[in-house]
Amino acid sequence: MPNSDNYEAAASGASTEVASFADDEGKGLVGRLHHTLHVNPALVPLIVLLAAILVFGLVLGSRFFSPFAMTLILQQVQIVGVLAAAQALIILTAGIDLSVGALAVLCSVIMGQFTFRYGIPPAIAVACGLAIGTAVGAVNGWLVSRIKLPPFIVTLGMWQIVLAANYLYSQNETIRSQDIEEQAAFLQFLGTKFEIGGAIFTLGVVLMIVLIFGLAYALRSTAWGRHVYAVGDDPEAAELAGVDRHRTLMSVYMLVGFICGLAGWVMIGRFGSVSPSATTGVIGNIQSITAVVIGGISLFGGRGSIMGAFFGALIVGVFELGLRMGGANPQWTYLLIGTLIIAAVTVDQWIRKVTA
Amino acid sequence: MQPILKGTGLVKRYGKVTALDNCDFELMPGEILAVIGDNGAGKSTLIKAVSGAVVPDAGTVELEGKPVHFQSPIDARAAGIETVYQTLAMSPALSIADNMFMGREIRQQGLMGQLFRRLDKAEMQRIAREKLNDLGLMTIQNINQAVETLSGGQRQGVAVARAAAFGSKVIILDEPTAALGVKESRKVLELILDVRSRGIPIILISHNMPHVFELADRIHVHRLGKRLCVIDPKDYTMADAVAFMTGAKEPTAAEAA
Repeated sequence: MPNSDNYEAAASGASTEVASFADDEGKGLVGRLHHTLHVNPALVPLIVLLAAILVFGLVLGSRFFSPFAMTLILQQVQIVGVLAAAQALIILTAGIDLSVGALAVLCSVIMGQFTFRYGIPPAIAVACGLAIGTAVGAVNGWLVSRIKLPPFIVTLGMWQIVLAANYLYSQNETIRSQDIEEQAAFLQFLGTKFEIGGAIFTLGVVLMIVLIFGLAYALRSTAWGRHVYAVGDDPEAAELAGVDRHRTLMSVYMLVGFICGLAGWVMIGRFGSVSPSATTGVIGNIQSITAVVIGGISLFGGRGSIMGAFFGALIVGVFELGLRMGGANPQWTYLLIGTLIIAAVTVDQWIRKVTA
Repeated sequence: MQPILKGTGLVKRYGKVTALDNCDFELMPGEILAVIGDNGAGKSTLIKAVSGAVVPDAGTVELEGKPVHFQSPIDARAAGIETVYQTLAMSPALSIADNMFMGREIRQQGLMGQLFRRLDKAEMQRIAREKLNDLGLMTIQNINQAVETLSGGQRQGVAVARAAAFGSKVIILDEPTAALGVKESRKVLELILDVRSRGIPIILISHNMPHVFELADRIHVHRLGKRLCVIDPKDYTMADAVAFMTGAKEPTAAEAA
């Protein structure tokens, strides 16, 4: 080999130390905080949640700081909490789902109407509602994954379709709570209450908590969860690395449809009645996106934890109840929530800086 | 001797652009085959066609004499072909261990693994650490560090380690030393020789002529979407190779493929 090509020999005298990663030492407090938040993105909403409970607890005293009030918050957020879990899954794949609330209402209407119009046993009607929710989710997923339409457009359309189908099918007819109680009590099963030392829980609250923890486990500790993050992070890279992008997206959208069906069932338990004009159909999507964003899940996908979405939903619930107990104008709630959304995204941008 | 990986009459068009024009390709067992060619000659498309990332419009691909029809990189991987892409194909927000085992995660033994499909993270981290140490490219202190926090060279090291760890039949390296410093490049070159000594053939795509001439057993010169010729680096100079690939010199009939 000619000498000129032997340039590598010059490196032989170099230090043999190989590239190594610096420890967290010497980064200072801000650097360490940055790193901790980068690793645990749900920490910010948890801190905000605890701070909000503390402040309202100090101001309002035992009226707010009681097992009854605390569990009342859980009951009030159960529908949004379940929808936020669904929304979080979609947003982790870098999508967005505007149809979750409408789909939940449609599923609750199907559960009610199948029982009362066709005389189907309530348990089977609930199963039908869950199946139709899953099917609508599958259509969303197929359009996003195979036809490659933007999730925003697909679910914007699906939101209108589902909401209209809901009014057309139900003929805008509400099924009264007393009728359900007498003839099909199973539909209200998730509204079953039980008390533990002044704290009142419903089965819907239990379902929400089990769902959140189950999804948190699946996302953290199974291959499927890793694939959801990888697809949301960089779909091309995930595909080249051996992830079946289509299957992952389909599984997420179908699971989300199923969870919307569960949310529909939770709605019947919470309200007692089945109403096609429940506000969830119109604002459920925005409520769930709000919880997810406050929960620190990045709208660009691939970052965040589902616990964050749960904390986000609870933060909204704490603000609503706390401000109402304090006698404040309800508009203050929205003003504060709006501020929180912008603050949450600002923190997200800061965390995403990769110098952690 | 039968080629381990063989492409015959491969054609791939993107609209009006013909990236592969009836191209042939042969990789012999146990060899390092370098693929060189000017920018836009169709090297990457050729590699994608044999690794499943692109489905050719015409032509056949044979692995160990049997025709294969890869529809995706997952198919090719299942057949034992590992590729390090120029883009590296890493998920930035996930950890080194997560990335190395993407799509082939190890589950825990027993009930937790079977029923709850729980991943054996400790085992995956152990293997990932071991593979990176084998490579000697870096001392990893935190295998759970997100890939986006690594430098370009470190990322490339992880990608090469991933392919070397799992490739059983063929390993394809697309510009494996492009982002690396002199010392890190040397480590990757040693790794390539180490992989060959284990009997696994390698396709090396590179613009770095000294590296190509040092490692390759044969050099496939790609020009205008097809194989121009295959040369033995012992018989030709780097200047000859550059002349062939830029069209400054035409191969004689005996040299032409």
